Amino acid sequence: IMCASAKYNTRGPALIPRMKTKHRIYYITLFSIVLLGLIATGMFQFWPHSIESSSDWTVEKRSVHDVPVVKLPADSPIPERGDLSCRMHTCFDVYRCGFNPKNKIKVYIYSLKKYVDEYGTSVSNTISREYNELLTAISDSEFYTDDVNRACLFVPSIDVLNQNALRIKETAQALAQLSRWDRGTNHLLFNMLPGGPPDYNTALDVPRDRALLAGGGFSTWTYRQGYDVSIPVYSPLSGEVDLPERGPGPRRYFILSSQMALHPEYRLELEALQAENGESVLILDKCTNLSDGVPAVRKRCYKNQVFDYPQVLQESTFCVVLRGARLGQAVLSDVLQAGCVPVIIADSYILPFSEVLDWKRASVVIPEEKMPEMYSILQSIPQRQIEEMQRQARWFWEAYFRSMKTIALATLQIINDRIYPYAAISYEEWNDPPAVKWSSVSNPLFLPLIPPQSQGFTAVVLTYDRVESLFRVITEVSKVPSLSKLLVVWNNQNKNPPEESLWPKIRVPLKVVRTAENKLSNRFFPYDEIETEAVLAIDDDIIMLTSDELQFGYEVWREFPDRLVGYPGRLHLWDHEMNKWKYESEWTNEVSMVLTGAAFYHKYFNYLYTYKMPGDIKNWVDAHMNCEDIAMNFLVANVTGKSVIKVTPRKKFKCPECTAIDGLSLDQTHMVERSECINKFASVFGTMPLKVVEHRADPVLYKDDFPEKLKSFPNIGSL
Amino acid sequence: MQTRKKYIFLTFLASWLLLLLFGGDQLRRFSLFSGRKAEARRNWPRWTDRSLLKSFVDAEELQRDEDLSLPSPRERRAAWLSVYRSSRCRMETCFDFSRCEKHGFRVFAYPQERGQPVSETYGKILSSIERSRYHTANPEEACLFVLGIDTLDRDHLSGQYVRNVDEKIRSFPLWNGGRNHLIFNLYSGTWPDYAGDLGFDIGQAILAKASFHTDSFRPGFDISIPLFSKDHPQRGGDRGWLYQDSVPPKKKYLLVFKGKRYLTGIGSGTRNALHHIHNGKDIISLTTCKHGKDWEKHKDTRCDKDNIDYERFDYQELLHNSTFCIVPRGRRLGSFRFLEALQAACIPVLLSDGWELPFSEAIDWGKAAVVGSERLLLQIPSAVRCIHPERVLAFQQQTQFLWDAYFSSVDKIVHTTLEIIKDRLSPHRSRSRFLWNALPGGLLVLPDFSTHLGDFPFYYLQHGYSASKKFTALIRAVSQAGSLSQPILRLIQAVSGSQYCAQIVVLWSCEKPPPPSGKWPQTTVPLTIIQGRRQVRGAGRRQGSGTRAGIHPTAQPKLSVLPPQLSDRFFPFEAIQTDAVLSLDEDTSLSTSEVDFAFSVWRSFPERIVGFPTQSHFWDPEQGRWGYTSRWTNEISIVLTAAAFYHRYYHSLFTEYLPAGLRELVDGLAACEDILMNVLVAAVTKLPPIKVTQRKQHKEAVAQQAECGDGAAGQQSPSAPRSAPAKVKGTAGSRRFSQRQDCLNQLADWFGYMPLVNSQLRLDPVLFKDQVSVLRKKYPSLEKP
Repeated sequence: IMCASAKYNTRGPALIPRMKTKHRIYYITLFSIVLLGLIATGMFQFWPHSIESSSDWTVEKRSVHDVPVVKLPADSPIPERGDLSCRMHTCFDVYRCGFNPKNKIKVYIYSLKKYVDEYGTSVSNTISREYNELLTAISDSEFYTDDVNRACLFVPSIDVLNQNALRIKETAQALAQLSRWDRGTNHLLFNMLPGGPPDYNTALDVPRDRALLAGGGFSTWTYRQGYDVSIPVYSPLSGEVDLPERGPGPRRYFILSSQMALHPEYRLELEALQAENGESVLILDKCTNLSDGVPAVRKRCYKNQVFDYPQVLQESTFCVVLRGARLGQAVLSDVLQAGCVPVIIADSYILPFSEVLDWKRASVVIPEEKMPEMYSILQSIPQRQIEEMQRQARWFWEAYFRSMKTIALATLQIINDRIYPYAAISYEEWNDPPAVKWSSVSNPLFLPLIPPQSQGFTAVVLTYDRVESLFRVITEVSKVPSLSKLLVVWNNQNKNPPEESLWPKIRVPLKVVRTAENKLSNRFFPYDEIETEAVLAIDDDIIMLTSDELQFGYEVWREFPDRLVGYPGRLHLWDHEMNKWKYESEWTNEVSMVLTGAAFYHKYFNYLYTYKMPGDIKNWVDAHMNCEDIAMNFLVANVTGKSVIKVTPRKKFKCPECTAIDGLSLDQTHMVERSECINKFASVFGTMPLKVVEHRADPVLYKDDFPEKLKSFPNIGSL
Repeated sequence: MQTRKKYIFLTFLASWLLLLLFGGDQLRRFSLFSGRKAEARRNWPRWTDRSLLKSFVDAEELQRDEDLSLPSPRERRAAWLSVYRSSRCRMETCFDFSRCEKHGFRVFAYPQERGQPVSETYGKILSSIERSRYHTANPEEACLFVLGIDTLDRDHLSGQYVRNVDEKIRSFPLWNGGRNHLIFNLYSGTWPDYAGDLGFDIGQAILAKASFHTDSFRPGFDISIPLFSKDHPQRGGDRGWLYQDSVPPKKKYLLVFKGKRYLTGIGSGTRNALHHIHNGKDIISLTTCKHGKDWEKHKDTRCDKDNIDYERFDYQELLHNSTFCIVPRGRRLGSFRFLEALQAACIPVLLSDGWELPFSEAIDWGKAAVVGSERLLLQIPSAVRCIHPERVLAFQQQTQFLWDAYFSSVDKIVHTTLEIIKDRLSPHRSRSRFLWNALPGGLLVLPDFSTHLGDFPFYYLQHGYSASKKFTALIRAVSQAGSLSQPILRLIQAVSGSQYCAQIVVLWSCEKPPPPSGKWPQTTVPLTIIQGRRQVRGAGRRQGSGTRAGIHPTAQPKLSVLPPQLSDRFFPFEAIQTDAVLSLDEDTSLSTSEVDFAFSVWRSFPERIVGFPTQSHFWDPEQGRWGYTSRWTNEISIVLTAAAFYHRYYHSLFTEYLPAGLRELVDGLAACEDILMNVLVAAVTKLPPIKVTQRKQHKEAVAQQAECGDGAAGQQSPSAPRSAPAKVKGTAGSRRFSQRQDCLNQLADWFGYMPLVNSQLRLDPVLFKDQVSVLRKKYPSLEKP
């Protein structure tokens, strides 16, 4: 409604000067009324919103210090320790999640409380900045629900990100008194720094019974595969430092170690590497002689050289990430951000989001025992792969490490995928960086199958009113041995198709489909009547193709069922003068398209053409009554990444004399229109998917000095 | 008139206004309503002082995460060894990596105990190990050991159950607490609980077991294998049943199940509920109570009717005609049904909670199966109904790929198990999850060749790479002349004339040393001579530059002169750096434009062999074996490697993937290596090779007449060549011919099926033999007869 009135507004003033003066007053009044009406409408529309948002603000204008205080009696119950045998099917209540068409779990967040013990001493910091960000992200996401009864997953607002910052027993008691705790069923806890001195457990020590744990620093002995989620240790530097992405390629150092607190044993090994391999290895340490005021966390030193951290990470191809007291290290996040390939040396460590991320594509994992071999191991990695790993590392950081929000959402998505596995996000969506997603194709017909010959093909003839010619085409095509059905698409709404008795009698079923509208796209509709995989699209005036030629086309299609297999080829060229694409018709040494006046293709592409054609191409084709074949060529090439197959010498569908009659000017307009189509489609697809090739397919013995009667396809036709 | 127009206009405006107000009001109310709802939705508060919140950890504390009071890394690892044993085993604590360092990944199978025959299935597993390229007969070299005792059936009620396993294994000097041992098992436990217990102490051995429960599975250590029947073929294996990508991918039934209904005991929870989803139309879920001896004792009211329904449908018919198949747990977690559904392209709907899925370390089951939950059985129909047809099509194809790549034979199951273990030894040289789950599958991709996807011929499209724009010509010289013949000189000239030629490598496999560098023609591209294996006594092993020694474990020659090892030409020479290899014989005759054209075709089909002279195979029903012909035929299936382009990866696959035994077989038969190469590539791609241009022979002279017999044989039908080899004239030719035929049959036997695929087409330049001016044509010279 807003759009319509705005349009009217702009037209109003332009009309007024042309009116007679005595009527002007009407119009001015009218206009004012309309304007008033508009304003009123606008007010009504916006008013409640502003009330609502302001009321929102009043509700939310609270300080963290104003949250209710909960006193925990000393004898309040403590949950059981975590149960190591928990799996989704034993400890998780799926019935709470239900079946819903969106396949999304609902997540509830408990409201924030401040917990104190009997003496009024607080149990932990109320909430950390990061945990607040994480809960905000969940609350803003599609997963969130404020209705505790509809929730499938519960997230306590008790901050357990850092075990050192909380009192274990009291935190456990606080968990146990949550309203829906129920032994921790369907509760999700986020923890990044587990364990504490002296034994540094690799999972949160807070007794938590059946609760799921999203933990940073799991080892293979504490991680409950398929139940817990391994998450990164968030690096606060991610938010502070802006490291622009650096293009992949060779860097100044080959291996860099930037961690300040390394066990002396590791440091000795690293130094041995440095001694052996010289300047390509850089082992940094903390700076001892920094002037006051310089934050030590942002500097690293090697002898007297001072380096900025984390910027220095961008100077190296590989960056070492060694375990410390804990397995999970925040430096992993910094390293990924710098696009440096992490070399992870932490035996038994479960890498972040390892359930879905393919770390082999972004990192090198080296067993601790093999540290001395690190240099040679890394040297053996091909340069091209290193570049991809650099890109992949940066992508992992951007998509899953950069903020508490990405960490929270990835965690929820992983749990969501377990509950609705049939709607899970694919490997490619998790792992392929946008550049790969963009440049790669995933062929929907990827399995190498040669369809059985016995299946045959369905010929689809699009016709308007050329009945005589149509009947000839039907008679000719019916001679092809592998034809299994003939479908006539009657595209003329003003005229009925001829009576049944008049149609040629052929050996295969003949069906006539009447269309609702005379559209070119009717030719590519996935009619239920098409029961074979192979479709032969053929115009109602194509009579020169021989039976051998068509049968051979079908045999070629069987060997390339995911391609367009056609007769006359066409080519697109880049016109350097005009700076755009140009359509080229005959006598070229290359082809990139085939005409669909007669072409074999898989029925699947009819589906794609009808339902998945990008942009407005389909309507555009119907409006212009042209270029449906170019659109099909674009579609197939784009989805398969493969070229067309031109078969046999055939160069045109019409006899040479006909071309002469067509006239030159008509021909040229035609060419201009077709060129326009190519440019239009290329811009809609955002790329030029067509592939240029120099070959065509002929029968094995084509033109060979061999008895014709022994050839499978002797009459392969002419130009 | 004017006024009326204006009134109309006015009315129009007024109505507009009304509409606007009314409609606006509606809209306002609507938005107010939803707004109120949004207001009611209590989001996480935006704290006023959120910017003042402290971080969860002090940055400095985060970076100083090391406690020097802790044991040193070395001590910690030593301590792990004693803590994390048996049920908590991991590779780093229970596997001795040092055993694998010297000889690489070698597998030793214990000899079978005398007087203790193993089951047929275990015999197949042992023979798969022997057929593996990692097999060694020397336990000293071994990194992994496989027991000779049959441990497949550990149900002590079973006839196959072997007693006193504990005693036996303890007597093995190599047992060493089970370290570096791999134990196969299909059935464990027995009625009533079918627990995972094997009845003996496996110690630190890796367990490859069917129906693995997640509770007892040691992640990253054990391997879950599928349950397979004793009829599962040793090698090759049947194809999947998907012959066509039907659109829409729906079949007659949506979801089917036919099986036993357990009235009591473990697993009855799910089996007893399956009949609820039966709707008699597109969902067929049939159960029978008839199993065991005393089923009638537990019989309930449904049983009789169910038993009748049950007989009305045929399991095979259901399997063939359904889109989804329910694969519920039986008494144990896995069932034969799983592999049956996979082969039938019937998408498995798994209802087996706690089952660690087969090869879950490598295979992404989410792409090929619906992993359901036993508790949500009743949601399954609506869940599978909602799966989009495009996804169903992808699922179906993935089942077929997985079946064919990892499951269709005992060889594949065992070899997959071995490869998964091998990948753990050097994580940096292992297959990514992508490689395992994309065609052609993990077994055919050697991480030792490269870990970069772009180096393989299979992933160009999926990752937006393209093959390199240059090729390496590899010419094999075997003539005994010692000097350079005319044909090879002409060939070098022609090939080096191609703008796509990066370099020429001559593999000099002659007795005599190659001519000095001055004798070789001057070319614009680098020319490298690689000295092939010298066939002189005492020098049986490879010498010379550019080759890695010791890869060919061939026997020492006993005669002073042996024919050159033909398979040498497919050695992965380091000199070859381009993706494309043009393989040539010294007497091959090709023109520069032929080379150019063939290369441009290869770039469109980088995973196939693209070449000139071809041959074909056919099934000879009279002889009951595969026939082979080099006659002119309407179909081709072999491209001679005397003039062919292919990807350099196939050199590695040929030399390193094929077991030594097979290469010896090929070396034993003259003129078999190119058939093996064709068979190998066809086994990988499942597609025929590509013939380019009219050329039928690679030599200039009318050689090979004895074999080809082209003109004279005109009377016989070329599409079905029936001529027995005896009819072919010329003894040398016919010996060669029968050797090639033998070769073909032995290879088909070794692979377990005939991988070669026929093609009815060849590729020519677009304007080939068209009646247009020669000046318009890019490859005019290809048209000369």
